[in-house]
Amino acid sequence: MEKRVTFQGWLLPLCLITPQVVISAVFFFYPAAQAVWQSLYLPDPFGLSSRFVGMGNFEYLLSDPYYRTAIGTTAVFSGLVTLVSMVPALFLAVLADRLIKGAGTYRTLLIWPYAVAPAVAGVLWLFMFNTRIGVVAWYLGQLGYDWNHVLNGAEAMGLVVVASSWGRISYNFLFFFAALQAVPRSVIEAAAIDGARFWRRFFTIVLPLLSPTTFFLLVVNVVYAFFETFGVIHTITSGGPQQATTILVYKVYADGFVGQDLGSSSAQSVILLIIVGLLTVLQFKVIEKRVHY
Amino acid sequence: MATVDLIDVKKRFGPAEVIRGISVAIENGEFIVIVGPSGCGKSTLLRMVAGLESVSDGEVRIDGARMNEKEPMDRDIAMVFQNYALYPHMTVRQNMGYSLKISGIPKADIARKVAQAADLLQLSDYLDRKPRQLSGGQRQRVAMGRAIVRQPKLFLFDEPLSNLDAKLRVQMRLEIRELQSKLGVTSLYVTHDQVEAMTMADRMIVMNGGVAEQIGTPLDVYERPETLFAAQFIGSPAMNVIEATTGNGQAVLANGAALTAPAAQAGPVTLGLRPEHLALDPDGPLVLEVSFAEPLGPNTLLHGRLAGSADAFTASLPGVHRLSQGRGQVRLNARPGDLHFFDPQTGRRLA
Amino acid sequence: MTARAETSARRSDPAPGMVEKRGSALWLTHVAMILGVLVVFFPIWLAFVASTVSQPEIARPPMPLLPGDRFLENYQKALFSGVNVPVAVMLFNSLVMATGIAVGKIVISILSAFAIVYFRFPARSLFFWLIFLTLMLPVEVRIVPTYEVVARFGMLNTYGGLIFPLIASATATFLFRQFFLTIPDELAEAARVDGAGPMRFFWDIVLPMSRTNIAALFVILFIYGWNQYLWPLLVTTDPAMNTIVMGLKQMFPSGDDIADWPVIMATSILAMIPPVIVVISMQKLFIRGLVDSEK
Repeated sequence: MEKRVTFQGWLLPLCLITPQVVISAVFFFYPAAQAVWQSLYLPDPFGLSSRFVGMGNFEYLLSDPYYRTAIGTTAVFSGLVTLVSMVPALFLAVLADRLIKGAGTYRTLLIWPYAVAPAVAGVLWLFMFNTRIGVVAWYLGQLGYDWNHVLNGAEAMGLVVVASSWGRISYNFLFFFAALQAVPRSVIEAAAIDGARFWRRFFTIVLPLLSPTTFFLLVVNVVYAFFETFGVIHTITSGGPQQATTILVYKVYADGFVGQDLGSSSAQSVILLIIVGLLTVLQFKVIEKRVHY
Repeated sequence: MATVDLIDVKKRFGPAEVIRGISVAIENGEFIVIVGPSGCGKSTLLRMVAGLESVSDGEVRIDGARMNEKEPMDRDIAMVFQNYALYPHMTVRQNMGYSLKISGIPKADIARKVAQAADLLQLSDYLDRKPRQLSGGQRQRVAMGRAIVRQPKLFLFDEPLSNLDAKLRVQMRLEIRELQSKLGVTSLYVTHDQVEAMTMADRMIVMNGGVAEQIGTPLDVYERPETLFAAQFIGSPAMNVIEATTGNGQAVLANGAALTAPAAQAGPVTLGLRPEHLALDPDGPLVLEVSFAEPLGPNTLLHGRLAGSADAFTASLPGVHRLSQGRGQVRLNARPGDLHFFDPQTGRRLA
Repeated sequence: MTARAETSARRSDPAPGMVEKRGSALWLTHVAMILGVLVVFFPIWLAFVASTVSQPEIARPPMPLLPGDRFLENYQKALFSGVNVPVAVMLFNSLVMATGIAVGKIVISILSAFAIVYFRFPARSLFFWLIFLTLMLPVEVRIVPTYEVVARFGMLNTYGGLIFPLIASATATFLFRQFFLTIPDELAEAARVDGAGPMRFFWDIVLPMSRTNIAALFVILFIYGWNQYLWPLLVTTDPAMNTIVMGLKQMFPSGDDIADWPVIMATSILAMIPPVIVVISMQKLFIRGLVDSEK
């Protein structure tokens, strides 16, 4: 889509676009190119020189059991986050949609967690499940369950999943609620006259109508779980225990900054870059579909 | 007030030529209507005069000065757009005063001029409203007001009434015409509505396919259409067109019916007959097989086919005619002077 | 998609035909809804309670579930002494960073979107695609080289270092472009006829018409900036430059010392108050911005 009318001249538009182009070049394209370049080199242990290794860093990475584990961890983590953040959100949205009065109030209350930073959410959940003083951990202990996410990898994973999903429930709720409100009344009423009861209507009529939103949220939540949950993991588990919660983005940080392994970290960045690219393409496909919806 | 000259003006979009050379000299204070079907290039022509489209070839002159390279703001024109193009976030007052504010006119003068224009357009009570709080007709007036406060040399109207309902259209038509003659500003007015063209124009430019089919006063075009297109486009219901052969003071149709024609004509022609120029005549040569009648009150439209012919034919008869079930046969005749002859090949009028 | 943001207004008419909404079913829905809200809210409530009690009350589980009387004391201690640096300082840093990101991104984006939509100039589509590409890469992915760039410019521990890398993304540019394309062409033509040049048109027409979009975008970007964690963690080694969201983690002691939970929890509450206020007070704008920016 293009405008018919344009103003004359080329100097002014170039000036207008310069700030964004310069910032993008310096803080985006140069670092991104740098990441690609570094991923092809292997620095010596003292960081004094580096030699070209081609695909060596990638070959090494993909055969590295730790990296393979991180890939699996990321898949499990993002799958769980998507599920745990979407199902309750849909449930709450369906409930709110049934209410004529008060839906707005519930919505206002439910938005809160979205505003809470992932890292802060991590601290809040860490506080509840702290092995020594956490209230929830204590009550679990009273019930005979010995909670210890510091030692138990599965429990650690469970905790970061819940802490990451918590704020996301708000986000998904907003989208589901808006989508539900957009379902035409007449369709629901027609189904009711046809004799379909609530849950039947929900599964046969409403859910299919929500599918574009659901698909969209699926992609968006996977992107979130991949890239925006660093704060949660860093505050709660720091990737442990025994790397049980080390997802790919966390590993880029751990290897690049803590481990100072630049070649490997850059190669990981490039792999992530490819993943983001694929997810973005997918996202655009989804959005195109939504436009026609 | 100004004269406008278009000299063999052409417009090309890539390889496509959408305006194929139009020349017209517009006099001071004239109200010119450019009329034609959609896609005929009429808006493009207007936008070239405005300076919103570049001129590919030829020249646009205002008061004798070449305008081709000038920015719209330097042409001393004002334009009324089809969708009014009011600035949505400004009040009526701000909308009307915007161009004056840009040209750096003192605030007090702006206020005075806006008040004057608002008074003229009966907008004084709405000056502090936003466009979305106005009705369609009021928005239309604001668009007019925005044009007149500048006291430009030239008004340009791009289908300004097509977003209004039928009743308001008739009213605004009169208002625009009244205002224009009061202000005496030369005006170019684009429309696809031939009634607007007939009622408003001092002269009209009938356009089709990027070409000016005819330039003349409404009655000129109505009475002596230069081309078959102009003949059929102007006038409602549209002119009937039949192939015929002339000679010996007669025009003989394909079905054998013979009409009295001016003696000068000879050879094959395309014959044009306006529905309202047909009259009932028990001995008339034209036999219309009526398939349905539309009683409009002042007149009645009879739709059908001429006996022995397949082409649709319409007659408009004054008053009320009651045909049984709206069907039947009537015999019609036309005066020789009301016959229009066109060249079957070129569609141009034959003398 | 904009339509769906407005749909909440659409159903203002509580149709009598709404199906199955009477008596016990209605009450059950409310009860379920309230339970849901309570569960979602519980972590925030607990943090608030913890910020109003004393350290021993927390250290001996189970901690109380109702607020104590140490509110002023804990918040005062957090704000003006903190652990490494007073929280007031971190709050200020966060405010500068979030505002800087929001304003900076809006300014560069609206200018470049205006240039791309309303002008034809050499290499226009090249620039467009370059900017478009930056949509794809979150800062998390390019942290190491970006860190090096910032370090080379001597921008570590500066606001510039915190802000610039995070505004190098085209989401806002895209949003403004979409919006500009919906402005009728005739408006620009009317402005040209009225004698307005491009920048005048920008100031007088485009900018005022974009108000809602700018406000919605500001809300989204402010929260995005406020909630950043990884980037401030890398760029600010000086505690005086810490933002509150990343400084929170720095308040935990290394080793086996017991954390000062009341102060940490007071800081958590302080860290979420500004974004929560922004979200709640500008809820309509926020939802609109959220829904639009995901387009």
